[in-house]
Amino acid sequence: MTLNLVLGQALNGLQFGILLFLMAAGLTLVFGIMSFVNLAHGSLYMFGAYFAATVASHSGSFLLAIVSAMLLIFLLGAAIDRAGLSILHRRSHLDQVLATFGLVLFSNELVRVVWGNAPIYMDAPDYLSDAVNIFGLNYPAYRFAIIVAGLLVALGLYLLIERTRIGMLIRAGASNRTMVSALGVNIAWLNRFVFALGAGLAGLAGALVGPILSVEPGMGEPVLILTLVVIVIGGIGSIRGAFFGAIVVGLVDTMGRVFVPIWLRAAFDPAMATAIGPALASMLVYLLMAVILAFKPEGLFPVRARG
Amino acid sequence: MKKTFPMIRCASGALLIAALTWGGAASAQFKVGFMATLSGPAAALGQDMYDGFMLGLEHSGGKFGGVEVEVIREDDQLKPDLAVQTVNRFIERDQVDVVAGVTFSNVMMAIAKPLADSNTIFMGTNAGPAPLAGERCAPNFFFVSYQNDQQAEGVGKYATDKGFKNVYLMAPNYQAGKDAVGGFKRYYKGAVAGEVYTRVNQPDYSAEIAQLQAANPDAVFVFYPGGMGINFIKQFRQAGLLDKIPLLSVSSFDGSTLPALKETALGAISGSFWGADFDNAVNQKFVTDFEAKYGRIPSQYAAQSYDGALLLNSAIKKIGGQYKDKNALMAALRAAEFDSVRGDFKFNKNGFPIHDMYVFEVAPDAKGRVSHKTLQKTLPAHPDSYVGQCPL
Repeated sequence: MTLNLVLGQALNGLQFGILLFLMAAGLTLVFGIMSFVNLAHGSLYMFGAYFAATVASHSGSFLLAIVSAMLLIFLLGAAIDRAGLSILHRRSHLDQVLATFGLVLFSNELVRVVWGNAPIYMDAPDYLSDAVNIFGLNYPAYRFAIIVAGLLVALGLYLLIERTRIGMLIRAGASNRTMVSALGVNIAWLNRFVFALGAGLAGLAGALVGPILSVEPGMGEPVLILTLVVIVIGGIGSIRGAFFGAIVVGLVDTMGRVFVPIWLRAAFDPAMATAIGPALASMLVYLLMAVILAFKPEGLFPVRARG
Repeated sequence: MKKTFPMIRCASGALLIAALTWGGAASAQFKVGFMATLSGPAAALGQDMYDGFMLGLEHSGGKFGGVEVEVIREDDQLKPDLAVQTVNRFIERDQVDVVAGVTFSNVMMAIAKPLADSNTIFMGTNAGPAPLAGERCAPNFFFVSYQNDQQAEGVGKYATDKGFKNVYLMAPNYQAGKDAVGGFKRYYKGAVAGEVYTRVNQPDYSAEIAQLQAANPDAVFVFYPGGMGINFIKQFRQAGLLDKIPLLSVSSFDGSTLPALKETALGAISGSFWGADFDNAVNQKFVTDFEAKYGRIPSQYAAQSYDGALLLNSAIKKIGGQYKDKNALMAALRAAEFDSVRGDFKFNKNGFPIHDMYVFEVAPDAKGRVSHKTLQKTLPAHPDSYVGQCPL
């Protein structure tokens, strides 16, 4: 267990956390401000990956693929909100869960009809396909680019939410939605913008993972579950909570997968460590969530005074 | 009211006669119940199996041994409980002559009992779990694919021949993963640099790849079917390792995943008993026609199932179309007098094939598309390792 290995794993955890943040930021805003449970967030991520792969294979330009996927999913988010999801805003959470779960099933089948059963091809551009040297450690350039891109997006979101008028309204909406509406703000438009913004971020996350992961039907569900864990840990409605929650979950999941088996091997005999190591490592994130909820039921960065 | 009774009797009598004649006509058809995983993330495998089988039927003139064929296609959705219901329906309601297909080993294990109990002829065209080759072997089971361990054994032999001394092993944490690693170790004589089992359907392998790099092995052996293989090799290459550490594999970088990988997988080594570039006449015809019909390079799953159709055709022809004589049909199947796309083919006493194992390199084919290139034969006429436990 060298220092290099620990540093490499920390970067991996950070990169995974950044991706989770892109997913969680949208979900936590939609949940926190609109009080809307959107299980189809993972489907938007999947569509992001499919759009990016399709644009990349037709245009050959990776940057164009990423940007257009994000914009298209932003528009798709606005469109589905306009087309019917907005009706659900006032309904109970159970109705929202049922409707958006239906959307998940529908999206997976739609992708299968349009792009086929088999996973489709997407690769990193040549200038990012090798490893870069960071403090003597060879780290995949593409993953490093994800970290940089994600941090830039996080910074942009911070500025948008803390320094602009629309950000102020979003924050106000998260604290007291009725009051914002009473002050003459068109809450329907604010909601639509927030929903589309969240969708666009999910689309960006999907587009960014295309070169690392298999682009296939149903790819959104595993990441959705971890995203829900992130927003619960971070505090629902809080962007800052989503950021730190995502980094914590990313680090714990990645480090756990590496170090739990190593520690177990030191404590038990190898056969037993091999048997229980992977199982224990995959439980770690959920144990963390349980502990945090026991001490801080509102999450790490709760949004105060919600109406 | 009284008068209507004879009318009803007449009508039902006529219906009965109609049903009998219709039923009689239907029984002149050889019925195949083809079940595979045709939905969900692994649907591409089942689709290739079905397409391969149907192409084999077409190449046999749309008939098996001159007998009309009806293929009933069912999706098991990768759910063992649903598969058992489907197979029971095949046996009792549809009264099929052969059950064929089956993509996954857990589904196979679930349906083995109803098939063995009813003595229904079964022709497996993919899954080949160890228990059915060993103590639970049955005279009515024919696996035209392979026993799960065989391909990994071939790669293990290759690693030994290549003089690798320190190999790192990785697989998902479930039975087939452990079988593949076990099969590899059976024929690999060097040291194990590390043995890592990851979560099933884990998307990210960065942590494991960093560990692998730290262990500094001379080769890596993996079993990552479907999307897992795509995730793994993309990340393995981005870590800059694909050019440095030889990557050995089974069921990972094959016809089902190469279209999504293309150049990403160039140089990976893969073990199997069949490759699209085999130059025997049967295989050439199969590959050319499959591409023309379905617009993609066939995978191993398609090849196995194509063989299944050819085997049925040869067996029914051999017994002169008298397929209702189940024992004669089983004997004719066991004789396996057909030309397989893989070359030499013979059934062992447990109904699993004795065939040659090869290794392939992922490389461009004659038309410049990414496919498999045959490197060498590793284990000639290779029987499976469980036949000794079969009481037959």
